[in-house]
Amino acid sequence: MSTLTPATPRNAARPAGFDGEPRRRGKSRMDPTRNNTAAGIAAWLLALLFAAPVLWMILTSFHSETDAATNPPSIAANLTLDAYKEFFGASSGVSPWPPLINSATASILSTALVLVPAIPAAYALSIKPVKNWTDVMFFFLSTKMMPVVAAILPLYLFAKTVGALDNIWFLILMYTSMNLPIAVWMMRSFLAEVPVEMLEAAQIDGAGLLLTLRKIIAPVAMPGIAATALICFIFSWNELLLARVLTGVVAGTAPVFLTGFVSSQGLFLAKVCAAAVVISLPVLFAGFAAQDKLVQGLSLGAVK
Amino acid sequence: MTTATARIARSGHSAPKPSKNAKAREPALAWARRAPLLPALVFLIIVTQLPFVVTLIISFLNWNSLRPDQTGFAGFSNYVQVLTDPDLRQAILTTVILTVSVVLVSLVIGLGLALLLDKKFIGRGLARTLLIAPFLVVPVAAALIWKHALLNPTYGLINGSLTWIWSLFGSNNPPQPDLLSQAPLMAVVVSLVWQWTPFMMLILLAGLQSRPMDTVEAAQMDGATAWDIFRHLTLPHLRQYMELGGLLGAIYIVQNFDAVFTLTSGGLGTANLPYAIYQTFYFANEYGLASAAGVVVVIGTIVVATFALRTVFSLFKKEAAR
Repeated sequence: MSTLTPATPRNAARPAGFDGEPRRRGKSRMDPTRNNTAAGIAAWLLALLFAAPVLWMILTSFHSETDAATNPPSIAANLTLDAYKEFFGASSGVSPWPPLINSATASILSTALVLVPAIPAAYALSIKPVKNWTDVMFFFLSTKMMPVVAAILPLYLFAKTVGALDNIWFLILMYTSMNLPIAVWMMRSFLAEVPVEMLEAAQIDGAGLLLTLRKIIAPVAMPGIAATALICFIFSWNELLLARVLTGVVAGTAPVFLTGFVSSQGLFLAKVCAAAVVISLPVLFAGFAAQDKLVQGLSLGAVK
Repeated sequence: MTTATARIARSGHSAPKPSKNAKAREPALAWARRAPLLPALVFLIIVTQLPFVVTLIISFLNWNSLRPDQTGFAGFSNYVQVLTDPDLRQAILTTVILTVSVVLVSLVIGLGLALLLDKKFIGRGLARTLLIAPFLVVPVAAALIWKHALLNPTYGLINGSLTWIWSLFGSNNPPQPDLLSQAPLMAVVVSLVWQWTPFMMLILLAGLQSRPMDTVEAAQMDGATAWDIFRHLTLPHLRQYMELGGLLGAIYIVQNFDAVFTLTSGGLGTANLPYAIYQTFYFANEYGLASAAGVVVVIGTIVVATFALRTVFSLFKKEAAR
């Protein structure tokens, strides 16, 4: 958030010869003498309100079942790891590891598989753009706008016919196609930040493609590639509908496991909270790691 | 990563280099430029467009997998059923209400939060991090937490807090609403607003911070009030960011399945189209009907998408001039 490129100042025309260098704005405009106490207090109250469910989830996961389900809430109850032990199958004997490992496999492999076609595609849409590259971009985006439900039945029938139901590889393929349009859009916006002058200078100096990629493109684009990968990872990890329809006992992912986890018998609130914490941890880490590029990624590169 | 880089290298190797007989090379050159695009394009067409064509075909069939002998051409009867069946019509209505209310409410709250976070105050970075947290909880987990830990009428945090606040004033008769059974759609909306507000906030905050400050300073010099500046400078500048956030949000929320599935299992009028379609083909085995409903979703999405594309394009074409 520290470097702010004016994505599209509608009124402010870009200066001639604007070369895509991120311009630094917004740093100096804050008037430090201005009193923003009221805004600060309001922002903090709202931030706490929005974070309250997350904080409550974490706190409850460390409570015993009896302390978790009280009215009024027992905030200061004793902390315990029982809920986590229960989640990992202490008394039920049901281990959450297979679904967690399935989720990790599906998310990591599909992210890797997304980057393989996305990076060259983004290259052909930014650095050496094809003629109608904007049309291609919008084709990619339009595939993302088609709801999954509109294609899920043929995919399900196909998987059933070829025996790919409950197979993690089929799910990986689905996640790859689900994230590919997003990845292409994000990567294009990151590659477009490579200054044209530097590419031209490299060409004049006779640098080959490999050298250009390594010395000029990679250093600028690497953080963007990492952010794209993290966001694709999050989308795959979170996905429920495809996993629910296409997997079963063998290849079921963590979200599927979570939906089947809630039992109707007895107290289970602390256990649910512990499960939610464990399953959300990778996403929280990935999200905070990508925090600086989160906006650019989520807005598909339209906002920087 | 290494394979990816190697691929660029390979496919781009014959790439454009100025030559004397450029004319003869032109088609080859164009293909060399296109080549890196092909794996992504071909893969996407096979995995997304082809199944949709199949959905389109199935939507004209009378096909229930439990009665395979009755399979046959159905004409438009599935579509007629989608538009006349009370459950599916309700699902269309629910989808619209859900999407519009979640997008609008989270945009308004997101705008308020973005305006606050645009100011400088102590611990701004931490407050921003806390505000992003809801977006980074796995949606299924978030829905479970809302259902059991927050909205549960007996021991949920919301009713628990009400009991506590009322007891501070010496009352032992606090209100104990049961949103999940009294207003289930509202419960879904609330949980989704909670998850999507950070997304809107991030986009609007980026928009705010890209404001051309010279005009604002000029307006301040001319004696414009804060409200004038907000109304005539900030809001017009933010408009396209709001459109972008709203439309991207709409694309995702139209497709929402997790919250409906987890919070209410589609009961009490909360089944949106994705959930209804899932039910129709997964449990009722009505393949033809489910496909027709799927096509209806796509048609609806195309309408929204047309606007979305225009907005994204307006943000995008300035950069395209590069």
